[in-house]
Amino acid sequence: MTKKLTYLTGPLIDQNPITLQILGICSALAVTTSLATALVMSAALTAVLCLSSATISLIRHHIPNVIRLIVQIVIIASMVVVIDEILKAYAFGISRQLSVFVGLIVTNCLVMGRAEAFAMRNPVGPSVLDALGNGLGYSLILVLIGTIRELFGTGAILGVTVFVPVSEEGWFEPLGLMQLAPSAFFIIGALIWAIRSRWSQQVETPKLSLVKIGAKR
Amino acid sequence: MTELLVASIFHQNIALTSFLGICTFLAVSERLETAFGLGLAIIVVQSITVPVNNLIFNSILLEGAWSWAGLPDVDLSYLKLITFIGVIAAMVQILELFLDRFVPRLYRALGIFLPLITVNCAVLGGSLFMVERQYDFAEAVVFGFGSGAGWALAIVAFAAIRERLRYSDIPQGLQGLGSAFLVTGLMSIGFTALGRIGL
Amino acid sequence: MLNPVTIWRGFLARPNDDRVKVFGVAILVALISSILVSITSVTLKPLQEAHLAAEREARMARMIDALPGMRSVMEELGVDALETRLVDLSSGTFVSGRDPAEFNMQTAASDPEQSVAIPSELDVARLGRRANLAPVYLLERDGDLLLVVLPVSGSGYQSTLRAMLALEADLRTVAALTITEQGETPGLGARVETPEWQALWPGKEVADETGQIVISVVRGQGTGPHEVDGISGATLTSNGVSNMLRYWLGDHGFGPFLERLRQEGL
Repeated sequence: MTKKLTYLTGPLIDQNPITLQILGICSALAVTTSLATALVMSAALTAVLCLSSATISLIRHHIPNVIRLIVQIVIIASMVVVIDEILKAYAFGISRQLSVFVGLIVTNCLVMGRAEAFAMRNPVGPSVLDALGNGLGYSLILVLIGTIRELFGTGAILGVTVFVPVSEEGWFEPLGLMQLAPSAFFIIGALIWAIRSRWSQQVETPKLSLVKIGAKR
Repeated sequence: MTELLVASIFHQNIALTSFLGICTFLAVSERLETAFGLGLAIIVVQSITVPVNNLIFNSILLEGAWSWAGLPDVDLSYLKLITFIGVIAAMVQILELFLDRFVPRLYRALGIFLPLITVNCAVLGGSLFMVERQYDFAEAVVFGFGSGAGWALAIVAFAAIRERLRYSDIPQGLQGLGSAFLVTGLMSIGFTALGRIGL
Repeated sequence: MLNPVTIWRGFLARPNDDRVKVFGVAILVALISSILVSITSVTLKPLQEAHLAAEREARMARMIDALPGMRSVMEELGVDALETRLVDLSSGTFVSGRDPAEFNMQTAASDPEQSVAIPSELDVARLGRRANLAPVYLLERDGDLLLVVLPVSGSGYQSTLRAMLALEADLRTVAALTITEQGETPGLGARVETPEWQALWPGKEVADETGQIVISVVRGQGTGPHEVDGISGATLTSNGVSNMLRYWLGDHGFGPFLERLRQEGL
């Protein structure tokens, strides 16, 4: 039982797909300008990940090796289209803001990566747990960034004003940069720094190191 | 047209402002040479797939595209995602065979990067943006080349910076990925700032 | 011998590198996926289209609500929506014999038979082509025009902006501007869609005394009746809005129609 739980909890921080494995950042950052879009994107990705992992794991013994990748892509793409259509029907406003980025879940390395690395080799149960864990790990980072960017960029969370901005006779001067692309990179960089300072086994060893010239041999 | 070209290379750079292809961007930028090869491959693939997808979308998938056959209400645009990814995969495969047969030197140089491109979000994203922004064929050609060139420019510049960065003394937690993100952020500011230049 | 269960079992039992199995799996996966996708798409389509239609109507209703006193005037007149008419843009006259509800300006603009290319020196809104006809929405009382709403569009920073511009009876004072479609940078250019920014528009004047179109979105704070505050950090989107209005109110846009209304009335 504990082993099964590690499938779920492992990817949250220890093996976080974004900060450690550099998977799935592509389509993620652009949707973190507000918390609402980040939440919907997280839900969409987690759903696609679980569904595709379950399906691929279910038929894993019958996928011929030569057409392995294309079968995976077709399954993932169909799931994405289904989720995209559902969003358009039931969460219309948000799907407008997410624009092409829901579609881009198809090429999200995280989904392909988990299908190829885990679901192809494991039974359905663990595959779904692993997918859920990775989805949640991804969501955790996305929601964090979304919260920071929306709060400091506009002074509100989920559209509810927390810091009253100057334009409404408050004290808070919204940081325009937070709403622009570069800030997402800075926040992730800082997050990685924070996580690696706390869990030092994640630190990458430098390929080259500095040696002081004239230091004692 | 020039505006579109300049915009897609610089201030609407597909890697640095739309975050597309960032996974590969971070993973394959440790060395300048490999970054250059991948950049080149992206330019070629992007210049082909965006116009081809534009033709397919407008003549087959778009609502009303079948009106000549007496089927004006057929709207297949929900198939665009699957079609595009199929076209991209096929194009990459064809390009690979073609290069192997006729330009073996380039094939050896690009070799391992070609399959990677199929799952590069920049390529699929380029085609999806083309649909969303309703580019016509000529614009699709320009945008395809421009966004590919922009991506290549970004990764080559980034790899060059990272090569230098290896010699610097970076705090432990920021080693590797952390500093890579910060540098990308700074580059992104630089590229966005180019948007202030009027043409 | 032809028992489907046996055939299926036999198929599954084939080795994975067997040619029949490779093709079979490929076809099956493709078939099942396409059925799944088509079913979702077809069943959800009415819901999606209802959203789009509701969105358009809600925008129109919001715009009417944004005009002080307009609802009561409409109630007094006993109408619950504006009257839609088609206008021939080059002559400025109404077109009869076509149902305005079935006219789509966007598709018409990309059809060479129903549109004209905009000369590049006039194409400040960077549209390329415009439809020959355009719908306009009118509110009248006893033959007197109270309000006219014009659909306008133009290139912003990274997307096409579409908007509805409502002019008062003098055809110079803005009653409201509502952005109906945009795909600008979230948090910056996309703020054109916020009610706060659109609230800056009512009361502005699009033309000066000589009839010259002078309305513009300026950097920072606007002064006077012809300037609207720009959105900080989104100069190109702001310029896009200015250019869009310049084009559509100009001679190649609704200019002839507005001129005719001024001269002859409805």
